[in-house]
Amino acid sequence: MVDVNVMLHELVPEHTLLSEEEAKKVLEGLKIKVDQLPKIRKDDPVLKILEMVEGEITEGRIIKVTRRSESAGVSVVYRMVVERVK
Amino acid sequence: MIGRGVSKRIKSIKFAFLSPEEMRRLSATKIITADTYDDDGFPIDMGLMDPHLGVIEPGLRCKTCGKKVDDCPGHFGHIDLAMPVIHVGYVKDIKNLLKATCRECGKLLLTDAQAKEYKKDMDRIGDSGGDFLDVMLVTKETAKDASKRQSCPHCKAVQRKITLDKPTTFREDGHKLTPKEVRERLEKIPDEDLIPLGIHPGIARPEWMVLTALLVPPVTVRPSITLESGDRSEDDLTHKLVDVLRINQRLRENRDAGAPQLIVEDLWELLQYHVTTYFDNQTSGIPPARHRSGRPLKTLAQRLKGKEGRFRSNLSGKRVNFSARTVISPDPLLSINEVGIPVETAKELTVPIRVTSYNIDTIKELIRNTVNPPEDLFYSAGVNYVIRPDNRRVKVTEKNAETLAESIDIGYTVERQLVDGDIVLFNRQPSLHRMSMMAHEVRVMPYKTFRFNLAVCPPYNADFDGDEMNLHVLQSEEARVEAKVLMRVQEHIISPRFGGPVIGAIHDYVTGSFLLTFRDSKFTREQVIKILARLDYEDLPPSRVEDGIEYWLGKELFNLALPKDLNIEFKASICQHCDDCKKKECDVDAFVHIKDGKISCGTIDEKAVGAFKGRILDKVARDYGSDRAREFIDTITKLALGAIMVRGFTTGIDDEDIPNEAKIQIEDLLKNAKREVDELVSAYREGILEQMPGRSLEETLEVEVMKVLGRARDTAGQIAGKHLGLENSAVIMAKSGARGSMLNLSQMAGSIGQQAVRGERIARGYWGRTLPHFRKNDLGAEAKGFVESSYKSGLAPTEYFFHSMGGREGLVDTAVRTSRSGYMQRRLINALEDLKVKQDGTVRNTADTIIQFKYGEDGVDPSRSIRGDAIDMDDILLEVLGERYWGLYTGEREKALASYGTQEKDMLSISFEEEEVEEE
Repeated sequence: MVDVNVMLHELVPEHTLLSEEEAKKVLEGLKIKVDQLPKIRKDDPVLKILEMVEGEITEGRIIKVTRRSESAGVSVVYRMVVERVK
Repeated sequence: MIGRGVSKRIKSIKFAFLSPEEMRRLSATKIITADTYDDDGFPIDMGLMDPHLGVIEPGLRCKTCGKKVDDCPGHFGHIDLAMPVIHVGYVKDIKNLLKATCRECGKLLLTDAQAKEYKKDMDRIGDSGGDFLDVMLVTKETAKDASKRQSCPHCKAVQRKITLDKPTTFREDGHKLTPKEVRERLEKIPDEDLIPLGIHPGIARPEWMVLTALLVPPVTVRPSITLESGDRSEDDLTHKLVDVLRINQRLRENRDAGAPQLIVEDLWELLQYHVTTYFDNQTSGIPPARHRSGRPLKTLAQRLKGKEGRFRSNLSGKRVNFSARTVISPDPLLSINEVGIPVETAKELTVPIRVTSYNIDTIKELIRNTVNPPEDLFYSAGVNYVIRPDNRRVKVTEKNAETLAESIDIGYTVERQLVDGDIVLFNRQPSLHRMSMMAHEVRVMPYKTFRFNLAVCPPYNADFDGDEMNLHVLQSEEARVEAKVLMRVQEHIISPRFGGPVIGAIHDYVTGSFLLTFRDSKFTREQVIKILARLDYEDLPPSRVEDGIEYWLGKELFNLALPKDLNIEFKASICQHCDDCKKKECDVDAFVHIKDGKISCGTIDEKAVGAFKGRILDKVARDYGSDRAREFIDTITKLALGAIMVRGFTTGIDDEDIPNEAKIQIEDLLKNAKREVDELVSAYREGILEQMPGRSLEETLEVEVMKVLGRARDTAGQIAGKHLGLENSAVIMAKSGARGSMLNLSQMAGSIGQQAVRGERIARGYWGRTLPHFRKNDLGAEAKGFVESSYKSGLAPTEYFFHSMGGREGLVDTAVRTSRSGYMQRRLINALEDLKVKQDGTVRNTADTIIQFKYGEDGVDPSRSIRGDAIDMDDILLEVLGERYWGLYTGEREKALASYGTQEKDMLSISFEEEEVEEE
């Protein structure tokens, strides 16, 4: 289905799908609602790969992105899956 | 969804067209004559200045609503156009509509099923929370799809190609479509076919995009001005409307008289031109309509658009009261927190003061002072206005001052003139960062300029070659407190941009501290008293005696400025970066060592106290707080100026004098370099030049030549530099970091060097040569822009020309860079202006969605970071280990850090020094 696994590329940070419980914990920790998170599109190449592992990822699920940061070493960011970004 | 701090949400905005009927309904009168006023100066009825359109002359009443000048909002009129014309603002939409609908039956060029499908798409996006723009995206697709069809699916009519001849002429297979025909086509489009195209037929019919009537704005929108000579001058819009009316009239007459088609068409086109320019006088493809003087008219679009338009000039930004602007000049005796203000300004600007039982007597005195100032004072504040509890303002005059003073009671407010110590905002444009607007304390002074300490020049980027600055007086207690706490100059010594000081010694302050502290510079009692005269100090430092002569060491005088427990060690700006640092035994006294607030060795220069680089400044501001930092800067500026004045300091062209043998040496060197170049060129010609990998032979030659000539310039500079020691004023300035560089000096004394355009040796000009002075295809040094002379010896004519070429490029580059980076910054600011850091450390926008989970990902405030890190490991180790850490501090800190088991990343990799940008 996909020609290239973008997740193996060195410039693509680590993406993981949060389970519903983990998602709830994250939102409670930040004291926010899901739609206040930054967004990631459902047709993002990374999500296509993730979907091959996790099965269909519906709108509103949360993706955890762990990446290298020049200032903090490692930074963790959460993104909400959306069909289309405004 | 309403919530999370959103109190109101705009549910929808409707954009509609005005139908001709609606325009007529809106209209207070029909306009038929192009004349404005009759011979007696009265407005003509049904003319452009008809009194039904509102009032602009005071005293008159509006004929429509009966109100007076400021109460009547003005009323629209209308012009009935003899023939329809196209509205320029909608040509694109008209084009799309014409393309997407049938030329015969007017229906959308899609089958019913397709249309339904698109409509469903729109509904789906609308329902799933997509906004207006998303829905419009679908309608665009609909139109695009429909335009592709060759024939109508409903009436089978074959479609022709519609093209737009900019700005307002439509053609069908090359034949002109008159606006009337365009309008007829648009009329034919059925209501239900408009919805998939994104138009709501209830509020906007497409044929209204072709005008049959023109709305005339009220006179209040286009007031006429009466000049001193008594002549009336009309607004640009009125002028334009006169044009429209005139042509409209002629068109109607000609048409009704049955004039030839050609004449009618010409007039019709002329009417189209006038209506088009009435809306937008910068429509591409047609010449702008001009005033009699040749100035292009400012019509509707020009009133709104761009920097001088209504939005950016009158709505986003406004003129303000309680502000002043004048030329700035320096005053080193002011504290960095102060600003000197002319008496004239101080007497005009005011602060509102509430009358209370505590201050009523003082205020009465102030009011009396207004007209009877105490004679023994240079300046005394008065009161300009008294505001009574019913908000009536009374101006204080010679006559009423005494009675006003008596009538004052609690609850009154008076507008007091500025006094020393008032908090004001001071600003220099362009306001590129927050330090461009800081709060200062007022000092009323004689003469007519704003004055401030030179240490504050860098954040404002100010100099005194005619710069002007603005001043704003705060009008409420809250504002004053906020400004004092957040905006005072002393709170901005450390910049949030790179975490170093932006306020600090410059130019003479640096030279002065150098002269004060270099080696064992000594000062006599008389000199010391002169230097310290302006200073607040407890005890004169103990003097020393040598050969019966009493003296003080400059370093010991400088200690007066330092906090008593300051410990720091670093290399000064004059450091020569020897491979093997001798530290305290440094040959040029460049190793600064301060223990318990006492300098034991080292010279204080730019690296110690300079703006952007001052290490001591940085440490004092961080460790001792902004009050102490202000005191420090105030003290060192006075010390440095004392030192430079007591010693005297001057520079001239003879500072670049070098002995004859050095001149000969440089001459030889350059001769050799040129010979080397010639050898390279002949090697290239003979084909024995060794090509560099990845470069062509020509490029190899250029690189080699540049290398040789660059080296020659540097060596020439070194030879010259050898004869320019630290006793030389120009060298003192360059080495201490006050102004200029050694490169500048070597270009004055030695050789200017290769000139470049676009980073290459100069190659443009004539065929195969730069100037007629050279042979064709000469690749030698002189022929391609090498300037052998020095600024002091003067340039040969060819050299002068090459130098001008290089100089011009520099100027153009700066001009382009500033405008481009300015626009870039504007876009960046517009994108980021509503983001803020919340209590939990997240960065959010106004919708409260998260932009960054932690500010800067590490949550560190750059203005409190040490070279990018939250913690200064060196400083903590120094603090804890004290003496044991000293030797390790600068030299072997990496080893020390490792031995204490910290895994801190290399802090040296983040450069803390600000790149200095030279500009004149």
